Amino acid sequence: MLFYIFAVLAILSGAYMVLTRNLLYAGFSLLITLLSIAGIYVLLFADFIAVTQLMVYVGGVLVLILFGIMLSSRVHDKSVLSENVNKVWGTLVAGLILVGLSYTILKANISSLPWLQEAETDVLAQQKSTVQSIGVKLMTDFVLPFEIASLLLLIALMGAAYIATDNQKV
Amino acid sequence: MEQIPLEHILLLSAALFSLGILAVITKRHAVVVLMGIELIFNAANLNLVAFSRYDPSLLQGQLFSLFVIVVAAAEAAVALAIVLRVYQHFKTANLSEIVSEENR
Repeated sequence: MLFYIFAVLAILSGAYMVLTRNLLYAGFSLLITLLSIAGIYVLLFADFIAVTQLMVYVGGVLVLILFGIMLSSRVHDKSVLSENVNKVWGTLVAGLILVGLSYTILKANISSLPWLQEAETDVLAQQKSTVQSIGVKLMTDFVLPFEIASLLLLIALMGAAYIATDNQKV
Repeated sequence: MEQIPLEHILLLSAALFSLGILAVITKRHAVVVLMGIELIFNAANLNLVAFSRYDPSLLQGQLFSLFVIVVAAAEAAVALAIVLRVYQHFKTANLSEIVSEENR
């Protein structure tokens, strides 16, 4: 039941993000979408992913996007409104993708896949949190992607700082 | 608590994915296009986490979605820096105007 509330909230605010022409309204409706997706993660027994979603997306990426909106448009100006183009083609392509994906999902009969039926799903519900197993996995099986991710973040930090500074003033 | 059917989660993420595609195609402000890309990232992540429920001892889906979040954060930082530079240079963040200015 809670899942459907979150799902409807996510889809409605996502649709509002696409339909509205005001950039700030789009940013705040993206906030509601991200929050409800974090709620869905909790319902799917992924508590650590939910907290990461809250901290990285809602606390980081969304603040960055709001900064981007404020720095790249004057609020009292027309530039805070974004015009829509390619309305017919965009709706057609997105609608075709939605219909095709839904048809495939409904036809595929995913629940009867053998490895999904064999899986013992109640293990996750019994354990208290996934934090410990994720931490152990990050330090053993996934240590190489973990280190590469840290390197990527360092490079992205330096690159973003270099791009955003005014080269003439330095 | 009864299980959420897997199909419903997949349908939700399909809907979010097509909304993101719609935003990327129809919007002309660079920041809104980035927001559409974030929506697509989240739709993909939802699928990974949903299937990770059937893999409780390994949790590979959740770990993969963790790395997707990291890469998305790095992408957002660099892309917004580029948008700010483009805005300083062209005095607009509208993609159509930037393209027409380039072609002139």
